[in-house]
Amino acid sequence: MELVSQIGGGVTNGLAYVGSLATLAGRAAWYTFVAPFRGKPLRMARAFSQAMDVGVRALPILSLITFFFGLILALQSAYELRKFGAIDLVATAVAVSMTRELGPLITAIVVIGRSGSAFAAEIGTMKVTEEIDALETMAINPVAFLVAPKFVAMIVMLPCLTIWANTMGILGGGVFGVLQADFTIGRYVRASVDALILRDIITGLVKSVMFGMTITAVGCLEGLKTGAGAEQVGKSTTRAVVMSIFMVVLVDLVFTMLFFFLGND
Amino acid sequence: MASNELEMNRGDGSDLEPMVSLRDLRVSYGDREILHGISFDVLRGETMVILGGSGSGKSTLLRTLVGLERATSGEVWIRGKNIAAISQEEMDEIRKHIGMSFQGSALFGSMTVGENVALPLREHTKLENSTIEIMLRLKLEQVGLAGFEYYMPSQLSGGMMKRAAVARALAMDPEILFFDEPSAGLDPIIAAGIDQLILELKKAFHMTIIVVTHELASAFLIADRMVLIDKGNVVAIGTTSEMRASKQPRVRQFLDRIAEPEVARELDYLQMLTEDRRPANMPGGKGRA
Repeated sequence: MELVSQIGGGVTNGLAYVGSLATLAGRAAWYTFVAPFRGKPLRMARAFSQAMDVGVRALPILSLITFFFGLILALQSAYELRKFGAIDLVATAVAVSMTRELGPLITAIVVIGRSGSAFAAEIGTMKVTEEIDALETMAINPVAFLVAPKFVAMIVMLPCLTIWANTMGILGGGVFGVLQADFTIGRYVRASVDALILRDIITGLVKSVMFGMTITAVGCLEGLKTGAGAEQVGKSTTRAVVMSIFMVVLVDLVFTMLFFFLGND
Repeated sequence: MASNELEMNRGDGSDLEPMVSLRDLRVSYGDREILHGISFDVLRGETMVILGGSGSGKSTLLRTLVGLERATSGEVWIRGKNIAAISQEEMDEIRKHIGMSFQGSALFGSMTVGENVALPLREHTKLENSTIEIMLRLKLEQVGLAGFEYYMPSQLSGGMMKRAAVARALAMDPEILFFDEPSAGLDPIIAAGIDQLILELKKAFHMTIIVVTHELASAFLIADRMVLIDKGNVVAIGTTSEMRASKQPRVRQFLDRIAEPEVARELDYLQMLTEDRRPANMPGGKGRA
């Protein structure tokens, strides 16, 4: 009975958590898309500076990681394709894997590490120092002021970063293709482009937007839930990163299934 | 708000209308009731000090007055509205007419002092940047921080941060100013400086000021009236002279700094070593004997 009640408790807590995330994301979306038409304009300067932090400053590390990943993908797939004499297909393998799945996912994980943790730490520290309370007493809504600019920045930047990641991944694969599989750069790029269908790119980008919303919601929710004390800020940040990774993979599963069943029509 | 009106009413107690009225206010955190039916008034233009020890509920009381906590039952009347029963939008409207200085200053670390002070003006008014610039310099001048608008909060000392927080609270020319432990963490000289600042604000603006503190020296200096809260109840309320002369045991204990009787009792060592004091909800715990 103990086990059953623990599982039950876990499920209800999990559902409550997802509910809180959805509520926060919903409110952030309201302040982003609806409130500007009701006399409460979005704080563009804050959104812009968040976008710089989330997007532009992530480019160096994202480029390196996805470049190496493209190379790893090429190596791994070539290992098998070679047996069938189909090493020419390595460009296809890398292009399709990156755009459909790994580009969005790796981008999301890099952004979680950089920005998801930063959101939780920033908002968590503000909670501990009563800055969130101060905003409320000044009649400034914390979700509108802190979360909405981050929300906008993430849903704009993640697709952009994902496109970049896909490109870098394909280039990484290209290094292998040119050095080990008798491709020229031109032929490799042409082969990659031929392998891509619009559907793959679109599904990847839709996923990246959903990942952006998820990471913002988890990071900000954990920050807002922080308890008193510096130790709690550390805990919130850790929880934000771990839960973000989990939720991103969950969202990935949901949308991959969705596209699978839609594609069967 | 005509200052003439205030001067006319100041001397005559019966004409002063309450700025803040509490009627049987109860506040709970979950199952635990913190405030057990608080009732008192704060009159327009007076400085009311809420005194109390740790755990008395004075912080909860202050947080309820500014809408950070929700009342479980009872009424809190501010500016003609019962904030215990209004919407978020209406509460935000009232908040544009109050200012609060937090215990730790709560300045936004990512903004300069000037940007901190200007924030309410930028958010709630359509004033030109140049006008806002003038107003924030004025506010900083009023608190004795002229010239510090480009400093970051981390570059300020504790006392300066407190002053900056007060400047920010004053940005929208509030009718009521709230202070949460204004002397907390400050050395006596700096704390005296904050007391002086509060007295100057009193004299210059005839603002209604509500201060939560446990520092007796500050309290007696700045207060017109004081209310002593103990274990969630109002124990005594009156002017500073009335409080000083009070014969109530709890008031005397607080003002004369008499320790709790349990501390003075001799310890029964055997009982202390063998008693099971684990809370009831811990595994194996039996609760207090």
